[in-house]
Amino acid sequence: MAAAGAGRLRRAASALLLRAPRLPARELSAPARLYHKKVVDHYENPRNVGSLDKTSKNVGTGLVGAPACGDVMKLQIQVDEKGKIVDARFKTFGCGSAIASSSLATEWVKGKTVEEALTIKNTDIAKELCLPPVKLHCSTSLLIPTPK
Amino acid sequence: MLLRTAWRRVATAAPAAPGPRAKPPIRGLRLRGIDLTPQSAVASDAAIALEAESVLRPLYMDVQATTPLDPRVLDAMLPYLVNYYGNPHSRTHAYGWESEAAMECARQQVASLIGADPREIIFTSGATESNNIAIKELEAAIQPDTSLVSVMTVNNEIGVKQPIKEIGQICSSRKVYFHTDAAQAVGKIPLDVNDMKIDLMSISGHKIYGPKGVGAIYIRRRPRVRVEALQSGGGQERGMRSGTVPTPLVVGLGAACEVAQQEMEYDHKRISKLAERLIRKIMKSLPDVVMNGDPEHHYPGCINLSFAYVEGESLLMALKDVALSSGSACTSASLEPSYVLRAIGTDEDLAHSSIRFGIGRFTTEEEVDYTVEKCIHHVKRLREMSPLWEMVQDGIDLKSIKWTQH
Repeated sequence: MAAAGAGRLRRAASALLLRAPRLPARELSAPARLYHKKVVDHYENPRNVGSLDKTSKNVGTGLVGAPACGDVMKLQIQVDEKGKIVDARFKTFGCGSAIASSSLATEWVKGKTVEEALTIKNTDIAKELCLPPVKLHCSTSLLIPTPK
Repeated sequence: MLLRTAWRRVATAAPAAPGPRAKPPIRGLRLRGIDLTPQSAVASDAAIALEAESVLRPLYMDVQATTPLDPRVLDAMLPYLVNYYGNPHSRTHAYGWESEAAMECARQQVASLIGADPREIIFTSGATESNNIAIKELEAAIQPDTSLVSVMTVNNEIGVKQPIKEIGQICSSRKVYFHTDAAQAVGKIPLDVNDMKIDLMSISGHKIYGPKGVGAIYIRRRPRVRVEALQSGGGQERGMRSGTVPTPLVVGLGAACEVAQQEMEYDHKRISKLAERLIRKIMKSLPDVVMNGDPEHHYPGCINLSFAYVEGESLLMALKDVALSSGSACTSASLEPSYVLRAIGTDEDLAHSSIRFGIGRFTTEEEVDYTVEKCIHHVKRLREMSPLWEMVQDGIDLKSIKWTQH
């Protein structure tokens, strides 16, 4: 059961990654440090940083990215019997935009069912945080892991 | 003493925009600007200027990118910006003569800093132009094979000093021209073009507390090195770089070189002490910090550190009170990490985690301590948020994991 759950988890994670539309990264002339205040807010007061018990049956863990790319995101969700996400936690190795994207994602998935959460697109996150085009790949690493 | 009075004179000489007075500095952050009200030449704009408030600015720890003007340099330049405004190439009147005299004096100041003859110094708009002139010489070269070796004296990203004397020796024995971009090295470490057998050298004004927009190229006369001019025109600067020489700027460059010659030893000692303090404090409080670059052949004022498991750009965002730079991909417009770090064989994840600290002539111990304190605090905080740090704490070897690429 656990093995099947883990497999489903990984498949769900990759499904979400492939589904998310990839927009080409363009070179920006504006300096990278002119952050929108929403990004700064999520960075300075991140919501839901931490870990859930990964051995629990109700918790799904997804890990995406690579240190060599400068982007690694871990997202955990706790799901109740009806399939609704009751809690979410994240940890990110990445730039300010990546941290803000993960923080916002954990806020948005709380209270949704897994199916609803899977409809969140990286472009929605990018639009909410007013990310410049070159930062779109930071929000692409969104993933919704599913337990069991 | 001279420094402080010169600085005070500069501060009071600023145009009297009737805006709010600068507030006294908060502990740990020294107010560097005077007043940020936008200065306008038009009197009617002064009313609008009143509304702008003076704001605390970040500490400056990015001297490899550019340096502030030394007040002594500004003192030297001011008369040539205000009163002695003649064209140095005008031969027929006193304005030209006095400008020319100042230009030649500056030339002598630059030459004596590097052990050259003044006739071997050509003024340019900066080290980039000097580099272009030097490399273009490649096309005019006589030798069929390698005709030019070009090496940076001190690297601007990791502060490593290249073995210039040894390279010069090899080049001269093989009859190959030797060019070095000494923008980060001039005035900071002792250089002698004859001792080190340098044929061409690029010098930048704004890297040595001089003005922006000016530099110089050293071109050896004995044996003669032939270069091709990049811009043609009235034949100024021995035909190697046409265009009116900007007297105030070159006077500034000359003054910067003279000041650097006087202060080199003292600056080097003081900067070494501050650098050692910064590195020691950080390494003592944080594990898994790597210094990039050879620790022995290293210019102390340029410190490049990699903080494992923390991404560089997020750390820069955290240290918003300090002006720093990073070798991380996110801060360059492309998504590629620093080519220098890659070339020295740094692991890619560490290349994404690097920060460059620049310590210069005007950096204080207080600024270093503040930077170190903030850096330690934020690295710890970011590590708490990092999945990599968590995995390492759990005893997982990160190199054993098959990461997903995206």
